[in-house]
Amino acid sequence: MIIDINFIGLIIASIMASAVPLILASCGELITERSGVLNLGVEGMMIIGAISGFALMTVTGSLIIAIFGAMLAGVLISTIFAFLTQTLITNHVATGLALTIFGIGISAMIGKNFVGIPGKEFPVLFKDLKDTIPLLGPILFGHSIVFYFAFALPFITSYFLKKTKIGLIVRAVGDSPESASNQGINVRLVRYACILYGGAMSGLAGAYLSMIYTPQWIENMTGGRGWIALALVVFSTWNPIKILIGAMIFGGLTIIQFHMQAIGVRIPVQFLTALPYIVTIIVLVVISRDSRKIRLSTPSSLGKSFYKDN
Amino acid sequence: MHKFFIRSFVSSLVLLFTFTVAAIAKDVKAAFVYIGPTGDHGWTYQHDVGRKAVEAAGFKTTYVEGVPESADAERVLRQLANSGHDVIFTTSFGYMNPTNKVAKEFPNVKFEHATGYKREHPNVSTYAARFYEGRTILGTIAGTMTKSNVIGYVASFPIPEVIRGINSFTLAAQKVNPNIKTKIVWAFTWYDPGKEAEAAKALIDQGADVIAQHTDSTAIVQMAEKAGVYAFGQASDMDKFAPKAVLTSVENNWGPYYVDRVKAVANGTWSQKDTWHGIGDGMVVISDLDSQMPADLRSKVKKLQADLASGKVHSFTGPIYDQKGNLMVAEGKTADDGMLAGMMTYVKGVEGDIPK
Repeated sequence: MIIDINFIGLIIASIMASAVPLILASCGELITERSGVLNLGVEGMMIIGAISGFALMTVTGSLIIAIFGAMLAGVLISTIFAFLTQTLITNHVATGLALTIFGIGISAMIGKNFVGIPGKEFPVLFKDLKDTIPLLGPILFGHSIVFYFAFALPFITSYFLKKTKIGLIVRAVGDSPESASNQGINVRLVRYACILYGGAMSGLAGAYLSMIYTPQWIENMTGGRGWIALALVVFSTWNPIKILIGAMIFGGLTIIQFHMQAIGVRIPVQFLTALPYIVTIIVLVVISRDSRKIRLSTPSSLGKSFYKDN
Repeated sequence: MHKFFIRSFVSSLVLLFTFTVAAIAKDVKAAFVYIGPTGDHGWTYQHDVGRKAVEAAGFKTTYVEGVPESADAERVLRQLANSGHDVIFTTSFGYMNPTNKVAKEFPNVKFEHATGYKREHPNVSTYAARFYEGRTILGTIAGTMTKSNVIGYVASFPIPEVIRGINSFTLAAQKVNPNIKTKIVWAFTWYDPGKEAEAAKALIDQGADVIAQHTDSTAIVQMAEKAGVYAFGQASDMDKFAPKAVLTSVENNWGPYYVDRVKAVANGTWSQKDTWHGIGDGMVVISDLDSQMPADLRSKVKKLQADLASGKVHSFTGPIYDQKGNLMVAEGKTADDGMLAGMMTYVKGVEGDIPK
């Protein structure tokens, strides 16, 4: 087989496209976890975003309403989680799991009327520039706005956490809510905001799947990507840039193993399909093995409820 | 006291008999057990279309979706049998043992199991469709329409049903175009739009200009539409998802069989059967042929369809060799149903190994 440079460009572009929902959901969850809240409901919020985006697109015909509606739906469902864990002080793990089950169920119920309807074409940017530059053309151009946003997000998130005052407040709340509270920070409010932000990003990730990546609605279409996003946050040791690397490796290996099958590489297919999971974990563990750094970036009060009344 | 018992026993028998007769005459109730959600727009969705046909024929139906192929299935079946259903359709291979087990406990309830082979009790029938006949047609179209001579095939799991499909597709494609190569990618899922789209994209990037699929979602035809290559719909007519890409679809059409069997229960003519219907009986339906196909190909396909239906042409007609060159089916012979049901080797011309 002749491997030309544009072929490599095409593969990299498909890898990036498959990494988008993981990056979005992971970066959202990262902010939530940095504020000390463990929300295991990512899968549920994603699927709610997917059905809301698709339903709104079908009903209103407006892609903008659909995208923002999906984010809003993510916010709404995460409000339930926030109310339960922050106001009623329920257990984070149990509530998050319930949120996922709830999301899958309710999305299936709403989705009944949207099965078998084709999606609309989502506009892509700089389509004409795609063939102007070899290799880089297909990588840089001809993608949706959500795609570009997803690849900017890890850098924005990193800057936000490290360089802005609000970012510092979020980290303080996640590390030591007592101290933050003594400093006059409204811990509950900050955590509420971070949970809702995580919901919005998961909703957007779901909408990307149902409106851009595979424009259709079918039940359970997120296919466990929410759980992978959650795992990426942990294995990246709460570092947005490493999330980007992890999501690319995961998406990349999924696609490369298909290519290897198609070329006819004689490796057991089961091994190839397991490869993305194994390698992503190994790579992230290896690049994050500095235990001092892990301690610094792990939110110390992750998953612990904060009781103090304001 | 003794008299009273006899009298009440007799009267209740009479009552029971009246009710039973009334039930047979009018209210036959059919139940359907589904492995997936009715919203999958694939396997379960098509069974549910069949169920609706039974409703339309004037019978009452119930369905239970998302039933795991475990002890849960038994529980669901027992409950359906207990709650007055006269015939129960179990629509996934894994329900085979639960169906037979529960059938023994309820000899008056009829059981219909899809894609299985066990009929341990007289009230159990089995049924399946010869989808491979549809794939013979797809292979003929793919072999004619390809320009790159590379055809992509997204497969789900290495089971006889899927291998049979790959073989029948490849044999037909080679017959019209000996230069074609079938590249197979195993997605190891029936149903994950993202993964299916990625598998299709990989095949397209490697030069495949016709994509066939044995997974359930519409993601693959949509990917083909985006990339400007051809594809075929699976289980239901997928043309509206990818009007330019989809050349035709192979549809699973359970409705006529279901109506037939429920009517048989109502008339009291139901008896145990093993049904394996294809194009001829209308269980496998070929959707409209796209106008992008040249007219002579379309008429050729129509003829092939008629010949498959009448039995003049069989998808597996010898000589057929396996990958190593061993004779599988001798010249002039056709593969028997036993061989088809257990087919676990690729025919000559398919690339790669079957995952083990």
